[in-house]
Amino acid sequence: MTIEIKTTSVEPIRNTYSAIARRFGDKPATRYQEASFDIEAKTNFHYRPLWDPKRTLNDPSRTAIRMEDWYAVTDPRQFFYGAYVGNRAKMQEAAESNFAFCDKRNLLTRLPEETQHQILRLLVPLRHVELGANMNNSKIAGDAIATTVAQMHMFAATDRLGIGQYLSRIALLLDGSTGKALDESKTFWMDDELWQPMRKLVEDMLVIDDWFELSLVQNLLLDGLMYPLVYERMDAWLGEQGAEDVSLLTEFQRDWFKESQRWTNAMIKTVAGESDGNREQLQSWVTQWEPRAYEALKPIAQATTGLDALDETRAELSARLKKAGLESTGVQA
Amino acid sequence: MAIKNKKLNLKDKYQYLTRDMAWEPTYQKKEDIYPDERFEGIKITDWSQWEDPFRLTMDAYWKYQAEKEKKLYAIFDAFAQNNGHQNISDARYVNSLKLFLSGVSPLEYAAFQGYARVGRQFSGAGARVACQMQAIDELRHSQTQQHAMSHYNKHFNGLHDAAHQHDRIWFLSVPKSFFDDARSAGPFEFLTAISFSFEYVLTNLLFVPFMSGAAYNGDMATVTFGFSAQSDEARHMTLGLEVIKFILEQHEDNVPIIQRWIDKWFWRGFRLLSLVGMMMDYMLPNKVMSWAEAWEVYYEQNGGALFKDLERYGIRPPKYQDVANAAKNHVSHQAWSTFYQYSQATNFHTWMPEEEEMAWLSEKYPETFDKYYRARFEHWDKEHKEGRRFYNNTLPQLCQVCQIPVIFTEKDDPTVFSHRQIKHEGERYHFCSDGCCDIFKNEPEKYIQAWLPVHQIYQGNCGGADVATVVEKYYHINPGVDNMEYHGSPDHQRWLDIKGLKPLKSNSEKKSAA
Repeated sequence: MTIEIKTTSVEPIRNTYSAIARRFGDKPATRYQEASFDIEAKTNFHYRPLWDPKRTLNDPSRTAIRMEDWYAVTDPRQFFYGAYVGNRAKMQEAAESNFAFCDKRNLLTRLPEETQHQILRLLVPLRHVELGANMNNSKIAGDAIATTVAQMHMFAATDRLGIGQYLSRIALLLDGSTGKALDESKTFWMDDELWQPMRKLVEDMLVIDDWFELSLVQNLLLDGLMYPLVYERMDAWLGEQGAEDVSLLTEFQRDWFKESQRWTNAMIKTVAGESDGNREQLQSWVTQWEPRAYEALKPIAQATTGLDALDETRAELSARLKKAGLESTGVQA
Repeated sequence: MAIKNKKLNLKDKYQYLTRDMAWEPTYQKKEDIYPDERFEGIKITDWSQWEDPFRLTMDAYWKYQAEKEKKLYAIFDAFAQNNGHQNISDARYVNSLKLFLSGVSPLEYAAFQGYARVGRQFSGAGARVACQMQAIDELRHSQTQQHAMSHYNKHFNGLHDAAHQHDRIWFLSVPKSFFDDARSAGPFEFLTAISFSFEYVLTNLLFVPFMSGAAYNGDMATVTFGFSAQSDEARHMTLGLEVIKFILEQHEDNVPIIQRWIDKWFWRGFRLLSLVGMMMDYMLPNKVMSWAEAWEVYYEQNGGALFKDLERYGIRPPKYQDVANAAKNHVSHQAWSTFYQYSQATNFHTWMPEEEEMAWLSEKYPETFDKYYRARFEHWDKEHKEGRRFYNNTLPQLCQVCQIPVIFTEKDDPTVFSHRQIKHEGERYHFCSDGCCDIFKNEPEKYIQAWLPVHQIYQGNCGGADVATVVEKYYHINPGVDNMEYHGSPDHQRWLDIKGLKPLKSNSEKKSAA
């Protein structure tokens, strides 16, 4: 037996917005579709920007990449704002309970002083790299064409701010929330030779003008080498130093990177697959920047996991790029 | 460095979790990393003086916003499942949603883009983070509005192609050019325009009237969005006030620049609000308050107090404020008259007010409505009933700056159109007011670029030589379905069916006349 509530049925006169129907047909649309396609202004802009008078607002020529339709780049996660914050709220809940657990049991402060020092020198300075990533993705969100592309970068921008904040909180756990440890860690970022190639790379990235080049360098090349190196290999290395509890505090980053590869892989595949011109342009950027990302991470690998670990991550990145028809120099995948 | 052994307070802790992640660059020059920070002439001597307008780390942001979204989408689902559109006051109400979705939602998206950009442009990391949070909030609003109105789009006409129309339809160039103006300016002007003038000074006259209108007219989806966005808006308003105080405190040379921007953006905002005024007075079946009352409370009183507070920085109330105050008894009537005449080219319906509505207008506008407007409206109503619904087929002269047809009248004489013109490099330009003319004179090289819809139609850039073709092919307006007279329209018919009503006698007469 089933119960049956009588309702009046009202026939709709259309199933979705016209712009969505033009793309997908007049059938019920998903929330991702109605929120993400063709809501960005495309034409008839009134004034040229004072900050870039050669171009219009929303000008597709702010990158050398050419797409017939930028909405061809879509998000395999189908994140619009609501889906995004819902997902991150769950991830932060797990992170919060890990931080609380470490705090309650003094899991960090009972580590040997040398290990604590290593955490401040080798892990926490990455918060500055995260801030660079935050700025870069915010710029891209402002410059990118098509909501499907822009929103992924906006979500990445706020993600990176959040990750920088989680890294900062590791230092706050170590010093009992005085800020002393963060001050100390920042001196490594500014002055320690180990960090200077990375700091130079991050500063150089902050002056990249082409937004797609910037996304490639940041979200594919640097992250593609750095995240597996730091949050897999270095994490294991820290475990060997008796600091396996640090893993609890970086779980967010591991989950995040696994997830973020889904959209970065899809994006690069679509863009490279659009035309030979795009693929050649991407290839020249890969050739230019991949070795620099590798060099920037080298001192960190040498001080921790050894260079083999970095070479392994380089091979992983190379395999990812290969799926988009791109070759990276250095190591055979 | 002093030895630290005290626990950080909340303010300092938040700074460690935001601006302290930034550093003084040494491998690249600061001017190269932040190339847009100086060209406007604003002098910032010390970004560390920036007070964070709110302290929200990302983890807390994700958590609060996800809770809000969950509740909001539960209401959207319930609204759709129960066909909530049947419970609104009257189908005429939906026309204010058409105005909102095509006129306001695209601005939310433009705000997302603008804030994402300024969230990168400033060298002060505290300000960048606050701007980025607003960027993602604005993305939220643009998207939740699509979802809030998605169900209406399935049951009413005219909501179906809002973003396409925002780029093209003649009157939508009013809100579009407003935001294009702000986005094409430098980062400090953008914040003065949007965070301060728009969000802080005018939000109660723009965003809020639509949400209150939804509350008064049984629109549960839109009003729930309004409530859900309220705490976001509160954050945006605090940012607006912090921005202006920070810039003014940084250097005295900033004062005249900010004053010029306040004058400009007050006037542009005031002109844009004409659309909201007509919505409040004419498009809401259940009225919230009159436009004149709203202007008195939210601008004359609240704005007055604000500018009193800013006096200590050397800021005076916006220029031409007196003209705007005097216009509060006229603009909504003048705007509705215009939209009524040009309804063949709008994405919503228009109509003449019913008897009781005319009485309400007389009561709310005792000095102007009966004297200047009632006779015209009664005449048009009579014409309509006699089978001659009036449409004006001559395209109007647009103001070069605000892009509204030159329809407003002189402050001292409501029977004379306010019209200014000047010659610039051999070309003649037309304006609706001294306010708009001044804006042009300050930056002629910007405003000569304006994409004026009427000029564009005449130049053949809008897909056809006659208005009917432009409306159908270029604007994507379904003639007789999305536009023109409400009475007898498919929306009207469906509403009568929903309510199980037979058309009233007067309405059926109107229908056969149409």
